[in-house]
Amino acid sequence: MSGTDTREVDPVTGHDTTGHNWNGIKELNTPFPKLVIWILALAFLYSVVAWILLPAWPTGRDYTRGLLGLDQGTEAVTGFREIAAERQGWLDRFEAPDIAALQADTGLMRQAMPAARRLFDDNCAACHGTSGQGGPGFPVLADGYWLWSGDPAEIALTIRHGINANEESRIAEMPAFNWMSAAERAELAGYVATLPKGDADSDSPAAAIFSENCAACHGDGGTGGLGVGAPSLTDVSVLYGQDAATVLQTLTHGRHGVMPAWAGRLSEAEINLLALYVADLAETKGEVAK
Amino acid sequence: MLRLHYNLEKLSMGLVGAIIVAASIGGLVEIAPLFTIDETVAVPDDLRPHTPLELAGREIYIREGCYACHSQMVRSLADEIDRYGPYSLAGESAYDHPMLWGSKRTGPDLARLGGKYSDLWHVEHLVDPRSVVPASIMPAYPWLARPLDTGLLHDKLATLARLGVPYDEAMIAAAKTDALAQSRPDSDGAEAVTVRYGGKVAVRAFDGDPETLTEMDAVVAYLQSLGTLTEAPYRVLAEDRP
Ligand code: HEC
Ligand code: HEC
Ligand code: HEC
Repeated sequence: MSGTDTREVDPVTGHDTTGHNWNGIKELNTPFPKLVIWILALAFLYSVVAWILLPAWPTGRDYTRGLLGLDQGTEAVTGFREIAAERQGWLDRFEAPDIAALQADTGLMRQAMPAARRLFDDNCAACHGTSGQGGPGFPVLADGYWLWSGDPAEIALTIRHGINANEESRIAEMPAFNWMSAAERAELAGYVATLPKGDADSDSPAAAIFSENCAACHGDGGTGGLGVGAPSLTDVSVLYGQDAATVLQTLTHGRHGVMPAWAGRLSEAEINLLALYVADLAETKGEVAK
Repeated sequence: MLRLHYNLEKLSMGLVGAIIVAASIGGLVEIAPLFTIDETVAVPDDLRPHTPLELAGREIYIREGCYACHSQMVRSLADEIDRYGPYSLAGESAYDHPMLWGSKRTGPDLARLGGKYSDLWHVEHLVDPRSVVPASIMPAYPWLARPLDTGLLHDKLATLARLGVPYDEAMIAAAKTDALAQSRPDSDGAEAVTVRYGGKVAVRAFDGDPETLTEMDAVVAYLQSLGTLTEAPYRVLAEDRP
């Protein structure tokens, strides 16, 4: 094919034909639209610019870094540190050892509460409920009844190291009393179930078993407050349940509730902030979460 | 112009050659970097492989399609680091075949899950998600309470070893007993598990019952191991950068 003399132009479209001829039918050789060619050319040009500016080509063990020297990991970490630095202004005040004193600073607390609620939702709500209402096996935080203590520093300690989670945790062990006879356990369970009502018979044999076996951890008459993580059995707040059937389960198998440790996952200031938030939950009966 | 296309179209062998050249550029760009993958993906020194029980849990995780709703990759974005923790490194999943990074997040990312919740919470959540998270849309998996089939574990470890996962002879031989022992902290074999896989491996009755080895034990052991196989991402995050 040489020379323009063999070109055959279609009179309707003005395009060349391919020169193929099938029983008088010829194929048009329509050129590619100019616009598409231009876009394609620009795209190629862009990729060359990108190769020069951004990390692009692998070179065996390494890669071309690009003139801008960008690195996604570094960018993310820098961005993360910027976020952290923005909060630092008020957040690092929560590193203070006497966090209870911060509670009085209403301006600071108002500024910090949205962040506290977000932290609580991300990390604590799955077990303690979005407004601290708890559930079977997961204590209510919004009621002012404590397994350990409502003092913010003590709450922070619980959050930092958890309960029964690792070697540094608080230890709370409700032993299994399966060595007792089934009849004794049933009787005791019935007794414990009546404790919150306040009309338990303190002269019954069950009461005697209780003082002998249980009072060391749960306090005389089951009033708790000994600081060993054993709940009061006389108040309306329950952890697993205080009906006779659930108490029997507790007695037969023991309990070993686990609260994860948050040191490492959350910063010291965040833990203190959460401790104040939990104290606030208890004081306002969950209102701050709304 | 050269009328390259015009002429090429009439030369069928020429056209075939041109198509092969064009297509192989695309292939080359994707495949060639993989030839150096061993050098470019740095496997952290302290990376441990999954224990047989965790591996069984991983298989169940795949079987149940958990990956359809959960990713296991914290992206390198500031907000993700803020919420989940250090961003994921390629080396973290060097021993995963296949990796489960994913990108679909109907539920939260699970890459840093290990230790965040208690075993009991996981059990309750898997049996009935609504019992602990009232607004959850995650499906319930009550059938995970059935006994775990450990029959294939030995072969699974052997296969992974051939793919470069550092399971040694002893690990492969003990696959079945290690799976059982990891869920029985008071059993004779429990210590051997930590000797083989490191002291940080959790040895517990994950489903609360040391008597029977269930699929629940395996899944919870796996979930509690996520993000705990190496400290490398934490080191990278703490690094000083320009
Ligand atoms: C995996 C479930 C779980 C998660 C997540 C969790 N907790 Fe707990 N938490 C528990 C359990 C269970 C207990 C009670 C432990 C026991 O039985 O002794 C507890 C106890 C507590 C206590 C002690 C209550 C008292 O009465 O003394 C506080 C305070 C607390 N948690 C706060 C938090 C905070 C704040 C977070 C979020 C950072 C959080 N918890 C996350 C399960 C959890
Ligand atoms: C070694 C200390 C200790 C002794 C002794 C002990 N308990 Fe407990 N008990 C605990 C702890 C700690 C808890 C909380 C368990 C948890 O956090 O998982 C608990 C929880 C309970 C609960 C659950 C309360 C609820 O709200 O669900 C009941 C009921 C109970 N104990 C009854 C008894 C009885 C009855 C005895 C005596 C036979 C007894 N305990 C002896 C430490 C003890
Ligand atoms: C239909 C989508 C879907 C599937 C399939 C699914 N999940 Fe979920 N998952 C969710 C959603 C939504 C949440 C958030 C609400 C909640 O906590 O239940 C969630 C939460 C979780 C959490 C808590 C994460 C956190 O940090 O709070 C875990 C663990 C989890 N899922 C494990 C699993 C496992 C294991 C499987 C497979 C057996 C699975 N999921 C299958 C949607 C799903």
